[in-house]
Amino acid sequence: MTPDLPAILARVQAALPAATLAHLRNPGPAAQDSLLVATDSLVAVCQFLRDTPELAFDFLSNVTGVDWPQPAKADTVAMPAEGTPPAACGFLEVVYHLYSTSRRAGPLVLRARTLDREAQVFIPSVVSVYRSAEFQEREIFDLFGVIFTGHPDLRRILMWEEFMDHPMRKDYVAPDDYEYEPTPHDAVLEKAKQHYPATSEI
Amino acid sequence: MAIDPKLAEDLKSQGVHVTSFEGLINWGRSSSLWPLQFGLACCAIEMIAATMAKYDMARFGAEVFRPSPRQADLMIVAGTVTKKMAPQVVRLYNQMAEPKYVIAMGACAISGGPFKDGYNVLKGIDRFIPVDVSIPGCPPRPEALLHGLITLREKIAKEKLIGTTRARHADPNGPGDLPVPEFGPHDLEPTFNPDVWNPPSIAREASES
Repeated sequence: MTPDLPAILARVQAALPAATLAHLRNPGPAAQDSLLVATDSLVAVCQFLRDTPELAFDFLSNVTGVDWPQPAKADTVAMPAEGTPPAACGFLEVVYHLYSTSRRAGPLVLRARTLDREAQVFIPSVVSVYRSAEFQEREIFDLFGVIFTGHPDLRRILMWEEFMDHPMRKDYVAPDDYEYEPTPHDAVLEKAKQHYPATSEI
Repeated sequence: MAIDPKLAEDLKSQGVHVTSFEGLINWGRSSSLWPLQFGLACCAIEMIAATMAKYDMARFGAEVFRPSPRQADLMIVAGTVTKKMAPQVVRLYNQMAEPKYVIAMGACAISGGPFKDGYNVLKGIDRFIPVDVSIPGCPPRPEALLHGLITLREKIAKEKLIGTTRARHADPNGPGDLPVPEFGPHDLEPTFNPDVWNPPSIAREASES
């Protein structure tokens, strides 16, 4: 059962006047709308969603990240509501899927966006509200480079600690360790051209 | 030097078995391969199945999976070797006592398999340790693992213990511990061991360009 987003939005706004939220519509066939939450009110909103008996979103099922090098693209996927101008530079987005096990409702999709992709990559950790976020936030830190402020143990979880890159970012360049491919084509053919000279006899 | 096969057959019918020390030692080695008990991915499930009653790897003397590398002489690299796991695999190989053999089981252990283009998967364990038998498949069936094991047994049975063509482990000047790759900022360092892995340089066919 998909939650009634406008009602939840109104309830959160009434209880937390300082919180900044926006209703993002999804024009795709999935039509799964989401709530864009300002980073400074994220923890308070999560706390409210969990502890309000009528909402009781007690289960954080999934946390994932999205890299938006071009912010305009993010707005074609999820149209921003009025009053939320698209960011000038790219940003990293963290997506939370909340469920209510007691009301059998969900998923409620929350999004939070960093200010940019380089220096201001901070998002408050929701581990204090949902313990299940701990490893998933570590994974997003590892693969996207989002720094979760207040996380109890923010270390890389999949890659080794000496690793410097964030592989799931769109501009990640994998190590150039191409080797023989019997039938190269497209991007692999371009790599093959760089790595192996063509024979002249054929 | 070589035993006349007909004479050996005649003696055998009389209850006398004639062989060389080399043949005896190789027979012993090939008949009691003790694999190291570790699995890395789904190939390990097939490896487990191969040891169970239906496929019964014990028929070939290789059922005693050892939990310690010190007691094992066969490493079955069963599954995807991630770059994070590769140094540990090399370290386990170093800790095994000679003579030791390696079976690369499945597409991932051979070449990286479906994850070959990924950033986190080693493109074949043969970049760091010498592989004796490669078993293709994704995953290989237990029969394929048994076939690989029998292939390894045949290979061991033909090993020379003396002379210039002797096996690696019989050569006192043979390689010792292999270098364990370090975790670098972008990739393993080094990305392969040139003493173990020397890919031939391949020319691309011009018609494809």
